[in-house]
Amino acid sequence: MIEVRNARKSYGETVVVDDVSITVPAGGVISLIGANGAGKSTLLSIISRLLPAPAGTVMVEGMDVTTTPGDVLARRLSILRQDNQMTARLTVRDLIAFGRYPHSKGRPTVEDRGHVERVIRYLELEAVAHRFLDELSGGQRQRAFIAMVLCQDTRYILLDEPLNNLDVKHAVAMMKLFRRTADAFGKTIILVLHDINFASCYSDRIVAMRDGRIAFEGPPEEIITPAVIREVYGVEAAIQEIDGKRVALYFR
Amino acid sequence: MPADCEAVGRRSLPPALLIAGLGGLTLLSVVLFLTLGAKGSWSFILAFRGTKVAAMLLVGYAIAVSTVLFQTITNNRILTPSIMGFDVLYRLIQTVLVFQLGSAAVTAFDPRLRFGIEVGAMVAFSWLLYRWLFSGSMRGLHLLMLVGIVFGVLFRSLAGFLQRVIDPNEFLAVQDRLFASFNRVDGRLLLVSALVVLAVSVAVWRKARVLDVLALGRDAAINLGVDHRREVMQVLAIVSVLVAVSTALVGPVTFFGLLVANLAYLLVDTNRHRLVLPVAALVAMLVLICGQIVLERLLGFNGALSIVIEFLGGIVFLVILVRRAAR
Repeated sequence: MIEVRNARKSYGETVVVDDVSITVPAGGVISLIGANGAGKSTLLSIISRLLPAPAGTVMVEGMDVTTTPGDVLARRLSILRQDNQMTARLTVRDLIAFGRYPHSKGRPTVEDRGHVERVIRYLELEAVAHRFLDELSGGQRQRAFIAMVLCQDTRYILLDEPLNNLDVKHAVAMMKLFRRTADAFGKTIILVLHDINFASCYSDRIVAMRDGRIAFEGPPEEIITPAVIREVYGVEAAIQEIDGKRVALYFR
Repeated sequence: MPADCEAVGRRSLPPALLIAGLGGLTLLSVVLFLTLGAKGSWSFILAFRGTKVAAMLLVGYAIAVSTVLFQTITNNRILTPSIMGFDVLYRLIQTVLVFQLGSAAVTAFDPRLRFGIEVGAMVAFSWLLYRWLFSGSMRGLHLLMLVGIVFGVLFRSLAGFLQRVIDPNEFLAVQDRLFASFNRVDGRLLLVSALVVLAVSVAVWRKARVLDVLALGRDAAINLGVDHRREVMQVLAIVSVLVAVSTALVGPVTFFGLLVANLAYLLVDTNRHRLVLPVAALVAMLVLICGQIVLERLLGFNGALSIVIEFLGGIVFLVILVRRAAR
C-alpha cells in the first residue's frame, strides 16, 4: 500500500502538487490522468523519492521514502520517468541487466540472468538485445527502458507515460503486459497516461488530477463520463460502451 | 556490468587483449624513453629519466581517472574537471605564493610542504564548493558547474591582476610554473603522490559498480537504490584529490583528460568502469610518454609538453563538438 499524506511541491510561485493525499491499495493497475501541467509527473516523482517534497509524507508499505535506505526501497518500488537521456553507451541487454542491481549489486547470479532473458522475451526485444541504445528507434528504446524497470521485479512499479513513442500494436501489447503482470504476480502498477481510453480499458482505478490536486478517483465507470472529462480536460466527449469498456470520443 | 562477451566485444578488441596490448605498448615506450639517445653514465641517466617517467605515469593515470570519473557523474563526455576552475585555482595559488613571499622564498620552500599546501587548498576549495551547493535545497550538478566556471573566471582575474602588479622578474618565475612540464618534477614528491593516488585508486576500484550505475544518470541511479548525492560527493572528492596531485606535480594540463577519456570510450565500446578506467589510464600514460619522446628526441625540444597537448586536445575537442552537433 502506498500512502501519500499532504504532499506539496512548488516551483517558485507555482504550486505543482497542492496538498495531495491519496492511498493506493496493493495490487492492480492504477492510471493517473489529467491535463498537461496537472502535477501527475511531479506526484510520481515525489512518491518515488526522485523529488524531495518540502511538505508531506509518502509511505510505501509503512516505509517513509525519504528516510528508508535507497537500496531497500529499490527492491520494493521502481520508477521510470518519461525522458530517458543516456550518455552511457549501453546495449539493450546491459541496460536491462541494470534492473537487477538492487538485488545483486552488480554481481549478477544465474537467477538474475534468467530474469533478464525472460524480460527480453516478454517485451520482444530478442532481435535488438545486442544493439546499442543510440541505434534504436524511439519505441524500441522506450521498451528497453520499461524492460529494465520490469527486470527490477518490484512490488510497486511507477511509469511515467510508458506508451510514449510506441505504435498502436506495441502500446496495446504493453498495456496487456502490465495487466498480466498485475494479475499474475500481484504487482501494483501506477501509470501516467495521456490516452484516456487506454486508461479506461486496462485500469482497475483511475485517478484524475487537476491543478495539482486530485480531482476524481474511482473505477473507470465512474471516471470516464462526460462530466468528469469536461472538468479535468475542459473538452466535450461522448462516451460509448464497446464490449463492456467505456470509450471516450473527443475528436470532434 | 554483466560479463557479456557478445555485447562488450562487438566492435572492439576483446578486453583482455586490448589491455595487454596497451600495457605492452606503454612498457615499450617507457623502455624507449629511458634508453633512446642515452650517452654517458647510465646511473645518472636512468635516475634522471626514471623520475620523469614515473611522474608521467602518475600524472597520466591521475588525469585519465579523474576525467572519466568526472564525466561519469556529470553524464557528459565533453567536460573535464578543469571546468570547475581547478587549474586556475592552481594558477592563483602559485601567483599568490610568489606575490606574498617572492620567488626566491617560494623556491627555497620544502617542496613537500608546498605540495601539501597546493593539494590541500585545491581539495578544500572543491569540497567547500560542493558542500555549499549541495546542502541548500537540491540544485543540480549543472548549477555546480556554472558556479565552478564563474569561480574560474574570478580566480583567473585575481591571478591576472596580481601578475600585473608584481615585479617583472617575479612574473617570469610565475609564468614558468604555469606551463606543465615534466622537467621540474621533484623526486621527493613522487613517492608521496604515488601513495595518495594508490589510496584513491583502491577506493575507486571498490566503487566501480556504483560508478556504472551513476553513469545512467541521477534518476536511474536513485531508482536502482544508489544514494546519488552521497556517491557524487565522494566521487567529486576523489576527483579533486587526483586533479590536485597531477596539477601540483607538473602544472595544469587542461585538454589532456578529454583526449584520453574519449579515446578510451572509442576503444572499449562499453560502460563498465573496470574496463574503461584501466584503458583510459594506459592510453594516457602511452600518449604522455610518446609525446615526450617525440618532443625531446625528435624535435630536440626540451620545453613544455602542455603546449603540444593543448594543441592536439583542442583539435580533438572541436572534432567531438562538431560530430555531436552533426548527429
